[in-house]
Amino acid sequence: MRALLTVYWKEVLETLRDRRTLWSALVFGPLFGPLLFGVMVSHLLDQNVIESEQPLSLHLCGATQAPGLVRYLESQGVTLTLCNWPLAEASSAVRHGTAQVVLVVPEEYPSRLIAAAPAPLYLVADSADSQTRKVSERAHRILSNYASGIAQQRLQIRGIDPLLAIPVAVDDVDVATPSGRAVVVLGFMTYFVLFAVLVGGLYLAIDSTAGERERGSLEALLCLPVPRSILVGGKILATCAFMCLSLAISLITFVCVLHYVPLEPLGMSANMGLATAFKFFAICLPFVPLGATLMTFVASFTRSYREAQTYLTAVLLVPTLPIAFASIYSLKTHPSLMIIPSLSQHLLMTSVLKGESIAPLDMLVSATACLGLALFLGMLTARHWRRETLLG
Amino acid sequence: MIEAQGLCKRFGAIDAARDVSFTAHDGQITGLLGPNGAGKSTCLRMLYGVVTPDRGAARIDGIDLRGETSAARARLGVLPHAVGLYGNLTARENIAYFGALHGVGAEEITRRTAALVESLDMHAFIERRAKGFSQGQRLKVALARALVHQPGNLVLDEPTNGLDVMAIRNVRQILLELKAEGHCILFSSHVIQEVVALCDRVVIIGRGRVLAVGAPQEIIQQTGTASLEAAFLHTLDSAPGAPDAASDTAAGIP
Repeated sequence: MRALLTVYWKEVLETLRDRRTLWSALVFGPLFGPLLFGVMVSHLLDQNVIESEQPLSLHLCGATQAPGLVRYLESQGVTLTLCNWPLAEASSAVRHGTAQVVLVVPEEYPSRLIAAAPAPLYLVADSADSQTRKVSERAHRILSNYASGIAQQRLQIRGIDPLLAIPVAVDDVDVATPSGRAVVVLGFMTYFVLFAVLVGGLYLAIDSTAGERERGSLEALLCLPVPRSILVGGKILATCAFMCLSLAISLITFVCVLHYVPLEPLGMSANMGLATAFKFFAICLPFVPLGATLMTFVASFTRSYREAQTYLTAVLLVPTLPIAFASIYSLKTHPSLMIIPSLSQHLLMTSVLKGESIAPLDMLVSATACLGLALFLGMLTARHWRRETLLG
Repeated sequence: MIEAQGLCKRFGAIDAARDVSFTAHDGQITGLLGPNGAGKSTCLRMLYGVVTPDRGAARIDGIDLRGETSAARARLGVLPHAVGLYGNLTARENIAYFGALHGVGAEEITRRTAALVESLDMHAFIERRAKGFSQGQRLKVALARALVHQPGNLVLDEPTNGLDVMAIRNVRQILLELKAEGHCILFSSHVIQEVVALCDRVVIIGRGRVLAVGAPQEIIQQTGTASLEAAFLHTLDSAPGAPDAASDTAAGIP
């Protein structure tokens, strides 16, 4: 027990003195996810605000031929920039970015309109640009409203009830609760949390195994009258400590970021207060020893620091697989799914975000599965450390 | 006392050790002499318990070394071929870590370290972080961490490798002092002068076999040659199935 703590303290002390490791474990890892997330969400918010609140602005060519249309567009709050381009020139203006979306009224428009034949209009836009696509979609909607207004007048003049031309009325009924909708946005936040856990212990796991061998201090260590399981146990314990720290920093950052990036304008309430952060911490805690043993296990088999880095970077992506699977098949919380680590954390954290209560059984199964797998991997690691091939 | 009894070790198709037997006594310096690739390091690794022999036994003060927590390990100080230190720990912390893992109390470690700083002349760098230490400084710290638990037996794998003349003299002086204190010292080398300067007993090893054992003078007499160097070459030459050994060896001598 004393030897275990000796190894633990030495690894912690050594890591605390290594600025590069500390930077990656406690700054880059836990802050990267929440900040990236904050930027993404606020960008998303800006976009939605632009779409719904900004007045639509259009370039309009040949305004004199369609005074009725101009009046209607202005009544809808559309900002018009009048110009006099033929269709070809309008196309090149959009292609070169001088105009976003151009509405071209051709010369035959008024005569066709009077003759009650379909009057042509050209809406020039670049559909590959997501920003202008939204503008052109809005323009389309306004134009078709204008068109159906004219159609109804024509029917009325001819003594036909305009409602006859509207056989079906579709109304969208969205059942998503505000926080349920937020989950779509916040879903991948759970991966960032697990990512922070793993990154927190990444360098310690490498340093204490492959690093120790490369440095040439491993052989002297293995000569000591200390069971190898204790040596590797102390190293795993130190890795766990840094993973917990990284997890805590990451969660605190999330709370702060979501404090400054309000989701209410999107009609979402993200239940992300300190209480949620504590629940997240409790949910992810059993994942910590699993991550630590997995990383130490993988790093123990590598021959060099570089090799360990390569393999462990791949390990960072492992938790994404079940989460991606869950998103594709939109899995719901169920005790049988709780035996899959990372998936169980994802589902439990998602439930907390949705404001649902967590079944104690789910929590128990999730924790037991993680700890059991951690114990198994820990035993495999200790067995590998007992082999003489460890020295390479 | 360090005993090798019929040690055998095979790595794939290579016989690294074939029935190696010898004894290193207390109060003596025993040198394991052999050309590069003769199996010296493998023998030493079996004698300090990081490589398990296929057959035979390694004993320290009569205690078998098998097992991770064998009492034999506590009686053994080891200076492996690689003398890597923890770069972010000070020299003192490096030494204390090994002392603590040997189960030595904190006060005792402080006392022992003070004595080792004195005898190994480590005043200049004992509180400095080991990152950037010279080879000589690293070796001193590694030697101190091998001695912090006051072992009766010391195994060193080519301890003067890569040291300058002054540092080599220093290491020799330290080994002679430890011998005078009654320690059993076993070290490997491929440098004849070193063995001549230090050893009470020499074990000549080639192709995984013990070819000759005895005091340097005895070996010279047995082979009827004029120097240990000549005796060494003669022994390797006359070893069974070793036509190229002499030329290999000549290339290996600096």
